[in-house]
Amino acid sequence: MVTIEHLGFKYRARGNWIFRDHTLRAEAGEIIAVIGPNGRGKTTLIKSILGLYRALEGKVLCDGTFAYVPQTTEASFPYCARDMVVMGLARQVRAFGSPGRTDYNKADLALAKLGMAGFADRPLNQLSGGQRQLVLIARALVSDAEVMVLDEPATGLDFSNQKTILAVLRELARDDGITILFTTHMPQHAQVIADKVLLMRDVDRYDFGPAAKVLDEANLSTLYGIDIRSLDFDHKGSLHKVLVPVFV
Amino acid sequence: MIWMGLALGVLMAALGSLCIGRYDVPIERVIAIVAHHVLPLDGKWGAVEQRVVEAIRMPRVIQAALVGAALALSGAALQGVFRNPLVGPHIVGASSGAALGGVAAIFLSLGPIAVVGSAFLVGIAAIVCVYLIARTDGRAPVLMLVLSGVIVSAFCASMVSIVTFLANPEDSLPAIVYWLMGSFATANFEKVRLLCIVLIVAGTPLLALRFRINVLSLGDEEADALGIEVERTRWTALVAIAALVAVSVAVSGIVGWVGLVVPHFARMLFGPDHRLVLPGSMLIGAVYMLLVDDIARTISTSEIPLGILTAIVGAPIFAYLLRATSARGW
Repeated sequence: MVTIEHLGFKYRARGNWIFRDHTLRAEAGEIIAVIGPNGRGKTTLIKSILGLYRALEGKVLCDGTFAYVPQTTEASFPYCARDMVVMGLARQVRAFGSPGRTDYNKADLALAKLGMAGFADRPLNQLSGGQRQLVLIARALVSDAEVMVLDEPATGLDFSNQKTILAVLRELARDDGITILFTTHMPQHAQVIADKVLLMRDVDRYDFGPAAKVLDEANLSTLYGIDIRSLDFDHKGSLHKVLVPVFV
Repeated sequence: MIWMGLALGVLMAALGSLCIGRYDVPIERVIAIVAHHVLPLDGKWGAVEQRVVEAIRMPRVIQAALVGAALALSGAALQGVFRNPLVGPHIVGASSGAALGGVAAIFLSLGPIAVVGSAFLVGIAAIVCVYLIARTDGRAPVLMLVLSGVIVSAFCASMVSIVTFLANPEDSLPAIVYWLMGSFATANFEKVRLLCIVLIVAGTPLLALRFRINVLSLGDEEADALGIEVERTRWTALVAIAALVAVSVAVSGIVGWVGLVVPHFARMLFGPDHRLVLPGSMLIGAVYMLLVDDIARTISTSEIPLGILTAIVGAPIFAYLLRATSARGW
């Protein structure tokens, strides 16, 4: 469970608030999607939640630890997938120590769980974008964190990889009780897997509630300033809604 | 297997280096001379041979191997900490700081121990300056560190120039110039002892940090998110690196390129994982330095300064490595 109370952040003491007075709460195993236009402060918000940026107001309460899946990894050295994943255990490894056999076994398990067992020895730069994202998720998974925070996990991936990532996140939340917080520009991703949605409108104005309630034509059209339509469609006998931007 | 091979390589290079020189000593006699301290062997060698091997070549060979190991280790660690395979020990200002310290001591004709001590202290001081310039809001971002390294190095280099300019051309000037170009000709067991102490005191924690260096190389934010103390870890590593570089410069002058080139050989053998690259670089660095020193003292009648050779050998190797490895991204 995570509780975020009246969180506020600005880069400089005299600067403008990036966001302020944001209060949200997520139960174990819940998936929260954070939606907002570019520059609204989604990444800043999640970095403040993670403690990478020090929030100036409010607090973040969490029973366990956070794991972070950055949008891209800036690794200057092409570590292989297993070495990358084992770094998720850095917290558990002694300051002047190295991971041992059990740590590598855990890393292999995490990779296997995400269907990446066959790629453990592959250098990261030889993996596709989707595979790399799975490695980063495995790295977050291996640390046994309560909460996994992902910055645009499906951005830059093709449709089938997007689907894979979404399925993986849903599975981790449902089967392992991991609380998941992710940012996205795709309303449909939130519609498909999120229990709750945070819609960042302005510095101190936001909507936070069940996905079905927050995500509608009016809210998103105002948020992005373009027309966004909700379409109904039938998939394998059940009725679904999808929000699509009108680009014409 | 690779480790065994490398360790054997160091041994072979060391023994080979004991053989060659102005006065050739056959390998079996070298082995006997070295081994007679532990094994009951009677002297089938001449007194001159024993003196050449034990008193003249032995300290030099050990010093070359240790300096090679120290520089390569510090270079490999530095590349990881700064997330850039193209940086070398001179980047953090340690080399030029140590050079300034040494040069100043020679200028004031303070004697060999003062040269070593002063090179060491000013080397550390230089890296502290680099940190103080780079530091903003309690953090020192990598770009700022590199840039302040450039500033401090430039400052130290000009101070070295002033001292050189003022030096007495009769005695201190040549001493300064030769010392700056780097050499193991003045090797002795005092220096070897100092090297050993610093290698143990600074090298051990650095090796122990090799997994953290992997994590650090992901970038400050990711490392922070993965739960390591970024600033503290980086500074522990940097102080150890500075100590290794400073002591190397102190005992043998500026021997460039080793810390830059050798880690690339290690990466070709072991891949990018610093857990292997750090110890691997030490062994390869030792062999590399021994071979370069062998060339330095045998290729011509007068000895060639090491710094010149490491650059002549190192630059083309590095150019080749750059081309060869850029295709697969280090």
